[in-house]
Amino acid sequence: MILHPTVIGNLVGSSITTGMVVYAATYGLQILKHWNIESGAELQLILERKTYLISTFLAFAFGMQLISLFLFVFTADRLTPLFVGAMCAAGTLNVNAFGYPTLLLKILNFVLAGLWLVLNYADNQGYDYPLIKWKYGLLVVIAPFILLESIMEFAYFIGMKPNVITSCCGSLFSSENATGLGSEIAGFPPEPMMVIFYLALLLTLLSGLYAYLTKKTTYLYAILSVIMFVIAIASIISFISLYIYEIPTHHCPFCLVTRDYSFIGYVLYPLLFGAVVSGMGVGILNPFIECESLRLILPKIIRKSTLISFSCYSLFGLIVTYEIVFSNLIMRG
Amino acid sequence: MIDWIERQRYIIDFTLSSLLRRKVKNFGLLALYTLIVFILASTMFFTYSIKKEASIILSESPEIIVQKLSAGRHDQFPLSQMETLKKIRGVAEVLPRLWGYYYEGGLGANYTLLVPPVTTNKNGIEETTDSITSVENKENAPDNPDKPLFQYNDTKLKPGTIIIGQGIARTRNSHVGDFMPFRAYDGSIVGFEIKGILSSESELVSSDLILISEQDFRSLFGIGNDFVTDVTVAVVNPHEVSTVASKIVNILPDSRPITREDILRTYESIFNWRGGMMIVIFSAAVLAFVIFAWDKASGLSAGERQEIGILKAIGWETSDVILMKFWEGAVISLTAFFSGAILAYIHVFFTGSLIFEPALKGWSVLYPHFVLTPFISVEQLATLFFITVIPYTVATIVPTWRAATIDPDSAMRHSGD
Amino acid sequence: MIELSKVRKVFNADNPNEFSALNGVSVKISQHQLTVLTGPSGSGKTTLLSIIGCMSRPTAGRVRLDGRVISSLPERFLTDIRRKTFGFIFQQPNLIKGLTVLENVMLPAYPLGESYSLLKAKAIFGLDSLGIANKANAKVEWLSGGEAQRASIARALINNPSIIIADEPTAHLDTNLSFRFMEIIENFKTEGKTVIISSHDPLVYNSSLVDRLIKLRDGQIEG
Repeated sequence: MILHPTVIGNLVGSSITTGMVVYAATYGLQILKHWNIESGAELQLILERKTYLISTFLAFAFGMQLISLFLFVFTADRLTPLFVGAMCAAGTLNVNAFGYPTLLLKILNFVLAGLWLVLNYADNQGYDYPLIKWKYGLLVVIAPFILLESIMEFAYFIGMKPNVITSCCGSLFSSENATGLGSEIAGFPPEPMMVIFYLALLLTLLSGLYAYLTKKTTYLYAILSVIMFVIAIASIISFISLYIYEIPTHHCPFCLVTRDYSFIGYVLYPLLFGAVVSGMGVGILNPFIECESLRLILPKIIRKSTLISFSCYSLFGLIVTYEIVFSNLIMRG
Repeated sequence: MIDWIERQRYIIDFTLSSLLRRKVKNFGLLALYTLIVFILASTMFFTYSIKKEASIILSESPEIIVQKLSAGRHDQFPLSQMETLKKIRGVAEVLPRLWGYYYEGGLGANYTLLVPPVTTNKNGIEETTDSITSVENKENAPDNPDKPLFQYNDTKLKPGTIIIGQGIARTRNSHVGDFMPFRAYDGSIVGFEIKGILSSESELVSSDLILISEQDFRSLFGIGNDFVTDVTVAVVNPHEVSTVASKIVNILPDSRPITREDILRTYESIFNWRGGMMIVIFSAAVLAFVIFAWDKASGLSAGERQEIGILKAIGWETSDVILMKFWEGAVISLTAFFSGAILAYIHVFFTGSLIFEPALKGWSVLYPHFVLTPFISVEQLATLFFITVIPYTVATIVPTWRAATIDPDSAMRHSGD
Repeated sequence: MIELSKVRKVFNADNPNEFSALNGVSVKISQHQLTVLTGPSGSGKTTLLSIIGCMSRPTAGRVRLDGRVISSLPERFLTDIRRKTFGFIFQQPNLIKGLTVLENVMLPAYPLGESYSLLKAKAIFGLDSLGIANKANAKVEWLSGGEAQRASIARALINNPSIIIADEPTAHLDTNLSFRFMEIIENFKTEGKTVIISSHDPLVYNSSLVDRLIKLRDGQIEG
């Protein structure tokens, strides 16, 4: 265990989020069991009141999840000097088996919490709590993941031993020794990957525009937005990072958030997260479009959500293109 | 959207006036909150910048220091082995060092005695350097000439004279020209004339330092001419440091090479640990504060309860009241957070951590007086935010929700009294 | 039109201290009329008013407002209906101390996020029509009883409600002020507003303005 103040900050944040979500989920179970909108009995009134508490908790947890995702990477970056071989967050996350799983769970939970808030927002617009069972069902699903993330994070920090020799971005995200997922992605030749990235982006944006204008094919857009998210991350590792770092062999996705690259990661990653959450939101809301109490409002929410996702991806594409065009790195063909 | 902004504005407006209407109650909370942030922030700013300072100094230190071990303990290094080291492939230069500690019983102070490194100038004449960028530096550090850690220009170190650090001068009330007595290894008393006092920008390193000539050093501690304290090794290719270090162990099994990285890591963990311990100790304070905040937030006064009842009766919704309470918490938290952090900044970087410096550095008679270079980062502020504002906010969510779900018809029911 | 059918309200259900404030009340309240609820204290007047005014939900039974069932709406929708449809006048002025009269009057509209200048103009106009515009910037602590009540009436009118609900409005007023209050009620009627008052003050329920008198006893309508 390393008693670094930032580590303590991480653990405090993670315990609090878990506490809130688990508490909310237990009430979620009660709501699933006893909910009866027709009733004016006191139990129902109490449950309705609890929904305010739960949405406050979840909104808070969602915000925390976003900040803690970045704080986590930041911490890993800060702890770098303690480990032989670590040069940035990539190496520190690799010091034991829990680093990367924690990071992945953080991303997953952020997306899940975001979807919950999208559902919650839509539900609050209906006069009869039309999505209440779905919403609390999802909450009951999210809670174990949050708990697992917390356990992993504790295991990661407690299991940290200084002087462990680790491998860093140079070898984890290197195209030379292709073992491990990171290396394999890094090993993708940049040119084809670039073609895939721009094709996918074009397809996603076109489908988003079409969905926005015609209100049709929203499912397609939801699916494309998820695929695009994965492709975008892979592209960052495979070629976007090269242009930003201007080093033809540096593939690390974490160095983007450091000062050396003017914190550009803090712009790119939130755009991607925003795009995937609102894009998936479109898909998750679509089944309820026939719902009586949401008939008028839901199409508007779906359009708004499509627009947000579309804008995030467009902006992401613009920034990446700008970085590539004005990069000093010239790829030899 | 415009409605939304207007709504926030109205509610913030109401929140501010409601906070001002309860000045006394809120002031107490704010003061305590600020104090907590101040203490934690001071701790963090202090450990971070001292760590930074140490790493800047160490980055100038030699790549490898080789000590001789005898029965597992640090022993004097025989000069004869220097030639062996020089023959190792990849070694650029090997330089001897003479340094040690001297305990002054009367003051209870420990001095560091150092023989200034010797370099060879262009004419091939050996001379001691005039200014040194680091205690353990072997050269004049041409890459960083503007900030030497100590200088003794104009005073040449001759046998029988010494140059002392600020901390020693202050504690002993010594001046240039005074004689300073030492008890040599054989019990005899030797006096050295103080020729100069180190002016220093980073007193952290040179406070307890005494520069002494090689001849005096050897006679004071009774070290033969064949031995030095340890040697420094410069390596041609920085990537080969660890390779060279392992070669040294192979060739001289009774030696211990210490690389710069090792030292950096040790420093890093010591300061992290200290800072972390402080935070853990103070978390008790944070916890107490959180309980206090919970209590404060849940113990709504009759007046506040009635006020929320009225708001709900005249058409405010539960989420409007939660929003109001959210802004109330945000105003208090941000005020406390920023004033605490700013006060801590002043405390650490302008007053030299007046209040709890000793606890962090360990007590020492020759405690250095120095002003740290201001250094804070987003990450420090984020950490601070995580261990103060977030627990506070969470502690107030449930009480806030309770207050916000007061029945709207309570204003009608309690109208009789 | 407001229509209640078989409305019941039970407090502390399944507890030894359970009591039923309303026992199957069915009533229709017409538009543009002055309806007065009367009855001894504890007869359920206030509970009935709070259900009519969307402040609380009945334990059982249905409430319809202009034909729409509102008894099972969640709180956030009830509040939305309440603040646009109803204006409340309480027994006590229930003004928030430390704020000015103007701020108190504007308060119900804060969550709606209207533009400030418009809202302020509306508030001043309301205070002016009640004859206390000169007190707009005074703190509410400095108002006399009659002024405080008129300030609270101005507050009830800020969102231009079509239904005014008043709970024992004359309980703390002297005879003179009570007559003045009834004059204000008369103005509401001429403006075409629906007014519902609960009162056991003869000055109110015997007034010639009253279109309909509903007597309550033990949570049920008499006669």
